[in-house]
Amino acid sequence: MTVPKGKLLEMLHFLLLSRRFEEALTELCQIEGKIPGMMILCTGQEAVGAGVVAALRPEDVIITNHRSHAHLLAKGADPKALMAEIYGKRTGCNKGKSGTLHLALPEIGAPCTSTVVGAGPPIAVGRAFAQQYRNEPAVTVCFTGDGASDEGSFHEALNLASLWRLPAIFVCENNLYAGAQRLEEHTRVENIADRAAGYGMPGVVVDGNDAPALYTATLDARARAAAGDGPTLIECKTYRWRGHGESDPQLYQPKEEIAAWRALCPVARLRDAMRAQGLISAEELSAMETKVNALVREAIRFAEESPYPEPLEALEDLYA
Amino acid sequence: MPQLTMGQALNQALREEMTRDDTIFIAGEGVGVSIHDNPMLPTAGLLKDFGPRRVRDTPVSEAAIAGLAVGAAEAGLKPVVEIMFNPFFTLASDMIVNHAAKLRYLSGGKSTFPLVVRIKSGAGFGAGCQHSHNLEAWAAHCPGLKVVMPATAADAKGLLKSAIRDPNPVIFFEDMMLYFAPGPVPEGEHLVPIGPADIKRPGKDVTVVTWSRMLGVAFQAAEQLATEGIEVEIVDLRTLAPLDKAAILASVRKTGRLVVLHEATRTGGFAGEVAAVVMEEAFERLKAPLRRVTGPDIPVPASPPLERFYIPDAGQVVTAVKDLVSFG
Ligand SMILES: Cc1ncc(C[n+]2csc(CCOP(=O)(O)OP(=O)(O)O)c2C)c(N)n1
Repeated sequence: MTVPKGKLLEMLHFLLLSRRFEEALTELCQIEGKIPGMMILCTGQEAVGAGVVAALRPEDVIITNHRSHAHLLAKGADPKALMAEIYGKRTGCNKGKSGTLHLALPEIGAPCTSTVVGAGPPIAVGRAFAQQYRNEPAVTVCFTGDGASDEGSFHEALNLASLWRLPAIFVCENNLYAGAQRLEEHTRVENIADRAAGYGMPGVVVDGNDAPALYTATLDARARAAAGDGPTLIECKTYRWRGHGESDPQLYQPKEEIAAWRALCPVARLRDAMRAQGLISAEELSAMETKVNALVREAIRFAEESPYPEPLEALEDLYA
Repeated sequence: MPQLTMGQALNQALREEMTRDDTIFIAGEGVGVSIHDNPMLPTAGLLKDFGPRRVRDTPVSEAAIAGLAVGAAEAGLKPVVEIMFNPFFTLASDMIVNHAAKLRYLSGGKSTFPLVVRIKSGAGFGAGCQHSHNLEAWAAHCPGLKVVMPATAADAKGLLKSAIRDPNPVIFFEDMMLYFAPGPVPEGEHLVPIGPADIKRPGKDVTVVTWSRMLGVAFQAAEQLATEGIEVEIVDLRTLAPLDKAAILASVRKTGRLVVLHEATRTGGFAGEVAAVVMEEAFERLKAPLRRVTGPDIPVPASPPLERFYIPDAGQVVTAVKDLVSFG
């Protein structure tokens, strides 16, 4: 299948935006006291967010996890609102309640980022159930890591989603590590997608650094889900360039392994392919980069200039 | 006496006990190879020194980690398992609440479950409510569990050693903000019994009952109040279950005034239990109503000013104490 040029441009934009957004966060984390809490980045894995979400429609829903930035940006999150939330500012998308780990954007169909590993799939079951119940022409995508597939909740949710043929897509971002454990140190299965057989749903393995391939695989899964044929488990083989979080010195990740995967950069890959195929000119590319850089600069400026919440605001928003 | 951080003290306790008893093993996420490279953390270096037979890194599978402890304990091993952050207690809770706590009773006293679940707890590091949620009152609400929550490095060492030797399931909450706090720690066989509270500061005017990280807040308040002529007695519970009622009652009978201080949220918090014990058994000795100083009834927010608002501070304790003193 050839991917439409408009989709390729969209994916490239979000690849560049996610990369720049997180590079900026890496820099900001060097400044003592600037960014509160843990900083968990998806640098090197951006194609999953960009490619999967490009296959979705605005009414589709995503449920994401602690490594969420690329997913949310691709779904249309305002970088300013994200950055302000990450800073802990009142103008953040969750008024400082969530910080970087629990970004909630129901207004764009991204209602839940859970940092409890394995919590996403059961919630995705509920969200997809609501879509089926109301006969909505929409689907729910759940992003997890490879480690999450070791949690009981993952198996319960995929079994139920399959049993009820829910319009869900489970996207497992296999970045080869769960914390300090390499894949073979936390499971005997070679492919997380192999687990799909146990739930009676299709499991597909996709190159997680190939945004157009992820787009195509998600389109197929989306069609299946929307047709009432039930969920698909898509495993995206990718790699975490940085540590689990920014304070992780990555002692357990071999230097050569990191270097090898850096050479497979998902951003450069789509960019270079599009340049080679004449799908984007040097000027258009540079305009896109300028735009992305400006978006991130503006997001940082907005976050810097925004006020912190007043202490008593902590008491707001608990009950409806 | 050597100065150790609480993290080092816990590490020493684990090492000493593992050296003494081959039935003890460690399991959890990152207890061997960790994303942290910090010699101050409780499990640092254990894999290197005790090997992979006894130090088990597990997948992200809290139910299986807790179940591993239950099953192995029934077989006579002494598991010491770790739950990475207190909110993930919920994933392990079927095994802890429905099994570790109940199986001995269900066996009519035939089986024993000598296991320890170490749970890293506390707020103050900006990660928000899915990493910070003090649930010690949940654990204390389960008959069959012992619940320990140390405040000092020495107590941490002595209580963990006792917890490992205890024939019952012990839930051992470690406040992460205390990991790097140094204190004098006795070398070698230092055992602090599970149960007795400790008077950390004697005083005649007001009793402050507290535990874990809030001990430091109680001390700050007590020092400030001392300059104003109010002598606070600080009772560090150390163990919530079994509860040292005698120590609480003795102190309150002396001072006639009680403040209970904890970081966990207020409603259903363990302060309510302490208060009830005092009302039932020492009401006639109270000179004033009692006060709770606790986290407010909200999830721990991520933003720094909001998180600071959440965590009880010395100012709140001072206000509560003065309020009680003003009753005469
Ligand atoms: C229930 C639970 N247990 C443990 C953790 C701590 N933790 C956060 S991320 C993580 C590793 C998750 O690995 P994976 O699912 O592969 O996602 P990745 O971090 O690689 O993106 C762990 C253990 C958690 N957040 N939630």
